[in-house]
Amino acid sequence: MNSAVDQLLIIVLLINIFILGTHRPRVAIRAIATQGIILGLMPLLIHPFQIHILVITGFVVLAKGILIPWLLYGAVQRVGFHEQMQPLLGYSGNIIAGALATVLAFIFAARLPLAAMHQGLLIAPAAMATILAGFIALGSRRKAINQVLGYLLLENGIFIFGLLLTRSMPFMVEAGALLDLIAGIFVMGIIINQISREFSSIDTSRMNTLREVD
Amino acid sequence: MKVADILIHLMLVILMPPLMLGVINRTKALFAGRTGAPFLQPYYDLFRLLAKGTVFSRTTTWVFRAGPIVTLAATLAASLLIPLGNHLPPISFNGDMILFVYLLVLGRFFTTIAALDTGSSFEGMGASREVTFSCLAEPVVFIALMTLSRLSGSLSLSGILTHSSIALWRTSGAALILLAGGLFIVLLAENSRIPFDDPTTHLELTMIHEVMVLDHSGPGLSMVLYGAAVKLYVLGAFFLQVLLPFRVADPLLGWLLFIGSMFFLAGMIGVVESVMARLRLPRVPQMLLSACILSAFAMILVLR
Repeated sequence: MNSAVDQLLIIVLLINIFILGTHRPRVAIRAIATQGIILGLMPLLIHPFQIHILVITGFVVLAKGILIPWLLYGAVQRVGFHEQMQPLLGYSGNIIAGALATVLAFIFAARLPLAAMHQGLLIAPAAMATILAGFIALGSRRKAINQVLGYLLLENGIFIFGLLLTRSMPFMVEAGALLDLIAGIFVMGIIINQISREFSSIDTSRMNTLREVD
Repeated sequence: MKVADILIHLMLVILMPPLMLGVINRTKALFAGRTGAPFLQPYYDLFRLLAKGTVFSRTTTWVFRAGPIVTLAATLAASLLIPLGNHLPPISFNGDMILFVYLLVLGRFFTTIAALDTGSSFEGMGASREVTFSCLAEPVVFIALMTLSRLSGSLSLSGILTHSSIALWRTSGAALILLAGGLFIVLLAENSRIPFDDPTTHLELTMIHEVMVLDHSGPGLSMVLYGAAVKLYVLGAFFLQVLLPFRVADPLLGWLLFIGSMFFLAGMIGVVESVMARLRLPRVPQMLLSACILSAFAMILVLR
């Protein structure tokens, strides 16, 4: 059971790097949808079968795999966002930063005082690496849409960490977090729309000065 | 028995490589809806070139003439170090993996220096691209070799590459999958296949490997093409040996299994070439960097 989870987590780590290195926002959205679906299915593999786990799996897959990507896709479509992502470090710099973050996550996770049953698992380093990848994506992207992607990566990392705790943390907490996330993406979609209508560009690095719009 | 195995090894690495090209081309033709050239067409081409005369530019020196010969010799020497299927290679000692990699690099060095020797600016450009990409591909191979040598606890290619088994896949399958990804990218990049380079392109500005051999003609060109085929064969065998658990007791069945999987690999390369477009040149280093990261991940997984 655990080796299958480890294999899936490797795919999750690769998707992190892929999102950091890809040029096209639509491809990145599809990749993050895939990551969400993989993560959503993971509780089924880790925990003994129960009906409420099945229900929550369905919700997570629906939210992370379909609803949020669909909202983002809509936002990209409306803004007519065809340009490349233009990260601050360059694509190669982003990939290297992601790889370094992953290595650091592995080193750090090896020193964490985890419970004995979680010691050899990939879950803790994968969670840390995904959170760091989310930070890199958030910090290095100029466009609001791509920053949303970083935000999603961050949430996925927290979700992976939550997998370790599901015994003590009820899934209801995760459900609440998902609801927040959807609301957040919704607001971001509206904001992106608003930005593009007001400023003819959604480049947030140009928005560092206050000025009146008339 | 041992002598027979060595003879079969030599026959395979000498005779089979052009057939791989034939299979790749046939697969591509199939995808394009054409009948395609016969499987033996690469052999006909090689013999046709052998019968032709050679033209040497007056600006070239002996380096240019030595280029194809040294490249072919180095590649053939590398092919002696690699195990095929379940059978051990003719030559094997501790640390031969470094010799293996650098024999291939020696071949590349002479190809590039022969290209520079012509004094043509286009060939210089191709040479510069070729070495840029190869210095990104080399770490991938070495990280992969380090990982594999850690997995198998052996320091020679024969030990490293015959270690793969179903039990190994069960314990460290994730690392092997990552290595497979990285090595497949290197396999395509090193042999200048699509998406890194197009072996059939004839536009100087986009060529990488092909532009370096523009000045070769006749038997020299034949040696260059044959050497490229052998290199594809050797690296393809390397790739397969890392992945496939060749564990059959019967020696004859072992050979047949190996030959079958080589043809399958050729078919896979043909499929990749048919469904992918060429990468833009600035994207190539990024792709090789990703291959590097794949194999580095594999190493982290094995080491931890």
